[in-house]
Amino acid sequence: MLNKNTGGWILFISLLIAFLLTALPLPHWADDWRPAWVAMVLIYWCMALPERIGIGIAWCMGLLLDVQQGALLGQNALGLALIAYFVIQIHKRFRLFPLVQQSCLVGFIIIFYLLISSWVTGIMGIPPKTWTYWMPAISSMVLWPWLFVILRDIRRQYNVT
Amino acid sequence: MRIVAFILASLIMMTVDHRQGHLERVRSVLTVFVYPLQYVANLPVTVINWVSESLTTRAGLVKENTRLREEQLILSSKVQKFEILEAENERLREMLKSSEKLDERVLIAELLAVDLQPFRHQIVINKGRREGVYEGQPIVDANGVMGQVVHVGPFSSTVLLLTDPIHAIPVRINRNGLRSVAVGTGQSHVLQLEHLPNNVDIKEGDLVVSSGLGSRFPPGYPVGVVYNISRVPGEPFAKVSILPSAQLEKSREVLLVWPKSSPELPSNFESSLDDPNLLDDLDVSARQ
Repeated sequence: MLNKNTGGWILFISLLIAFLLTALPLPHWADDWRPAWVAMVLIYWCMALPERIGIGIAWCMGLLLDVQQGALLGQNALGLALIAYFVIQIHKRFRLFPLVQQSCLVGFIIIFYLLISSWVTGIMGIPPKTWTYWMPAISSMVLWPWLFVILRDIRRQYNVT
Repeated sequence: MRIVAFILASLIMMTVDHRQGHLERVRSVLTVFVYPLQYVANLPVTVINWVSESLTTRAGLVKENTRLREEQLILSSKVQKFEILEAENERLREMLKSSEKLDERVLIAELLAVDLQPFRHQIVINKGRREGVYEGQPIVDANGVMGQVVHVGPFSSTVLLLTDPIHAIPVRINRNGLRSVAVGTGQSHVLQLEHLPNNVDIKEGDLVVSSGLGSRFPPGYPVGVVYNISRVPGEPFAKVSILPSAQLEKSREVLLVWPKSSPELPSNFESSLDDPNLLDDLDVSARQ
């Protein structure tokens, strides 16, 4: 059972959709509220399947995200790798948390992720100017329970291990 | 301890990318994977446009047609005048032995409706290295300069808009040839002119055009219109805000420009000819 990895395509598609949602054009007012989709999906898979999705994959995803978003190469890679590391460290406890507590934790993780990005852009000389920069943390927090339930059901349905 | 390796790799990559730009090749290769994603993300918008276009009523079409016809009439009459002026200009330049060709090669590119990093002003267009796009290439739309290409992939490229906080473009005031640099502010409708003294001759409504200095942008394209000047006594420089001419947030099609590498005139030859304020400026800066 250990060597038998099933449902790789589910992982692939979920990450693909996360990337699509990140690039999807939103109306101006909603733009600031866009959740950090890729980070959220990564958090889920790192928690559910830490032996399959690790720091390496997170880092590669981050690199792709950098290219997609026109950011400095390595900016999101750094953030996502650290997220993956942190979530894998605590994945056993994380699984047992009630949904509300998970949401709060996800909110904090996303704040940490945004903080790293803001350091990097700050060093480049273009720090985020308004507090709206931090709103993805709130929207991610609010959407986490739904994402968690959807991904869990998909994982059980297709028996992703 | 793999995490330490990855952190180090990220830090090194960021430094190299920021300082040297050796990583453009890596980025260009990775764009190949990202472009399909952006293409798909763009699809809903394309479909909506297509549907709304095919559902336009006949009356609407007729109305638009009439408007376009009128517009075309006005434009073609303007072009007639322009052609005469161009010929005259050419003749005069030949007399001055400094012929300068204004016709540049252009290519229409379409904008992909995808969102990039928040707080930066970048867009993705559907033309890349295959079509001969290069880094630093100027982008214009029907109304003025939009920005320049910063990353080139095989099929797509990323454009930095004028309003991005790290963008600057050399400009001059069309009315009197006063030169300056317009920098982005990060707000979507504001550029700012840098280092203009308080008593500078500038008025609201002045047209600002690209000066062509720095030989990245072709000269003479409109950049924006001055809409607010605040002169605070005690501050060394006036705060001049410009409204960009280009429809930075609305354009669907943009023009890629290949400027003719014309023999450059000595940089302030032209402006010193038609710039009565140049001497005043020098006086001012000497006095300060």
